[in-house]
Amino acid sequence: MIREEKMEEKKKFENMVNIMQPEPHKILHVVHETQAEFTFRVAYEDETRDGQFFMLSIPKVGEAPISVSGRGDGYVEFTIRKVGRLTQGVFDLQEGSTLFLRGPYGHWWPIEETFAGPEQNLVVISGGTGLAPVRTTLNYFYDHPDQIKSLYLIAGFKDISGVLFNEDREKWAKAEKFRTIYTLDDSDAPGFERGMVTAHIEKIPFDTFGGNYNVAIVGPPPMMHFSALECMKQGVPEDKIWVSFERKMSCAVGKCGHCKINETYVCLEGPVLHYPKAKQLFD
Amino acid sequence: MGYQIDYEAMDRILEQLAKDYQIFAPKWDRQKKNVRYGIIRSIAEVVTGRQTDFSIKEAFYPISQVMLYFRADNVEEEELKDPRKILILCRPCDINSIRRLDKIFLENGAPDYFYARLREKVVFALLECRKSFEDCFCVSMQSNITGDYAFALRLDNRDGITAAPILVQVADAAFEEYFAGAEAADFQPEFVTENKKIMHAPEISRADLKEISDLEYWKQFDDRCIGCGGCNTVCGTCSCFDTSDVLYAEGKSDGERRRVWSSCMIPTFTETAGGVRARKTPGANMRFKVFHKFYDFRARFGEDNMCVGCGRCDMRCPKDISFFDTVNGLTEEIRKMKTGGEPESK
Ligand SMILES: Cc1cc2nc3c(=O)[nH]c(=O)nc-3n(C[C@H](O)[C@H](O)[C@H](O)COP(=O)(O)OP(=O)(O)OC[C@H]3O[C@@H](n4cnc5c(N)ncnc54)[C@H](O)[C@@H]3O)c2cc1C
Ligand code: SF4
Ligand code: SF4
Ligand code: FES
Repeated sequence: MIREEKMEEKKKFENMVNIMQPEPHKILHVVHETQAEFTFRVAYEDETRDGQFFMLSIPKVGEAPISVSGRGDGYVEFTIRKVGRLTQGVFDLQEGSTLFLRGPYGHWWPIEETFAGPEQNLVVISGGTGLAPVRTTLNYFYDHPDQIKSLYLIAGFKDISGVLFNEDREKWAKAEKFRTIYTLDDSDAPGFERGMVTAHIEKIPFDTFGGNYNVAIVGPPPMMHFSALECMKQGVPEDKIWVSFERKMSCAVGKCGHCKINETYVCLEGPVLHYPKAKQLFD
Repeated sequence: MGYQIDYEAMDRILEQLAKDYQIFAPKWDRQKKNVRYGIIRSIAEVVTGRQTDFSIKEAFYPISQVMLYFRADNVEEEELKDPRKILILCRPCDINSIRRLDKIFLENGAPDYFYARLREKVVFALLECRKSFEDCFCVSMQSNITGDYAFALRLDNRDGITAAPILVQVADAAFEEYFAGAEAADFQPEFVTENKKIMHAPEISRADLKEISDLEYWKQFDDRCIGCGGCNTVCGTCSCFDTSDVLYAEGKSDGERRRVWSSCMIPTFTETAGGVRARKTPGANMRFKVFHKFYDFRARFGEDNMCVGCGRCDMRCPKDISFFDTVNGLTEEIRKMKTGGEPESK
């Protein structure tokens, strides 16, 4: 490269943002969903899209990717499962504490592009904390029933102690356009079916949708895999299916290499992926 | 312009250059007992008789790099301490390896600030490389030639100082001033045109990827590779890192967030909370690395494969696993896969 170009590049660089720099945000409110899952409402002014995530961090503790599980005027919400160093650190924080954020990152559920429409039906299948990254979408259609013809939700949980979003789940169950199936893997409780989410997929009347529908699946990798297979067994074409991947991530900006599967960087092209692409990715 | 110059005069030029540049070149690391890129003061320090054990990347992408400082409640960006630019005396394959790193750090998503701010300081000086070393396969990887340098040097003192003068070609006019007064000479650097090792890079297409991935071939590494990651550490095109936060002392409020080179060959590379690993065996890791260097990178960024054929990974492996043989062996496996095991037609 010749020197003048180098100088040009330098000028560009002077205005460059440090993409690893997190910004402090106040925690406004904490909801204890379960023993191991809390929802943190955090002050935030800018826009986010459904299915995107942030890198959450606490100085001197660490950083981890967490999906946006809710949003409203001046805030976003994160529903976090306590599993390790950073998540434990976040659980030790309270209302008024500071959490550091950078983001939002990643590809979103194609709501306006594909899911929404007065003739469109949407099927959402979630496993465990996987309900968090589709919660904003469910609430969007709850608030805008004119945007959808029907919405089917199958939300599975391991057992009653892992059940999330009680208030939301109740209101979705009552919504005119919503059909909800809440299920526990292998125990019984009032308001819950029994069995894995895959066992309930056959109840979805796919053949009544006139081809106008999409399926969003999110949860642990095996759950997503078998749910997609079961949908296809029910006659769902693969290009109507969308999934959200979870991979080890250290940077969320396409640099650290941890999230890469084949030629795809989940942090850049995902986490939400169209199934025809997702099924081609393998370890 | 071309020049010829003796060692003392070259040292005086380095002294001048050192006002504006930190000057890196291959040199002996006495403690580690290996050859790696380090700051030089005299041209006689430059080791030319062998490949460096470590790649050039550490000159501007350090093994461990502080990104943020945490002081009390503040998050501060780490500031660069040395205002000088960086001049690196290195070989064509090394310069080409940086082009590969640039793709990841500057073009894969938004540019990386910590990489860019050091990278934009880097100027290369070519160490002419006319004779291939044992493990090199740069010609196969088309990384044996480069035009990206400010000036080129022929240091034919492969084993210490000899009387032969250094030949210089200045390619960037801005460097002419340093050589003003030197005796003119006709010099164009030559490049290696053949290696003993020839890499038959596998032609991997997206449609074949899964079948290649499922080959028994990869299983051999389950017993052989110990997942030490040494091969990634020495590679000039390996870019992956981990980030971690450090508290300087228990009960103190200061700390830092740093990133440290990581390796797709270590068992925990894909491990998430709870201990689940996306890739579970050394064989799977080797497949990932081979695909990354010979398919994924090309599929993503265009014509070049990621590997530049420097041979360092082969020099490094404690289990004598040759990456060169591994990839050539794969090419043969793919051929068998496609022809149903027929021997190669001659
Ligand atoms: C796109 C995306 C969205 C996610 N959304 C949520 C969410 O809404 N709620 C939730 O509870 N969890 C979510 N996760 C998982 C969450 O990131 C991990 O549980 C978390 O990283 C664990 O961090 P830790 O420091 O507590 O655990 P440790 O085991 O101490 O992990 C150390 C580091 O490894 C990395 N890491 C470990 N596990 C994971 C993982 N599963 N995924 C990615 N990186 C990991 C992180 O960088 C983490 O800081 C999401 C993951 C991804 C990739
Ligand atoms: S893979 Fe091996 S030969 Fe290729 S660039 Fe890396 S260290 Fe050199
Ligand atoms: S250097 Fe050899 S043993 Fe170590 S990870 Fe690489 S291939 Fe495996
Ligand atoms: S998380 Fe670092 S490259 Fe995707």
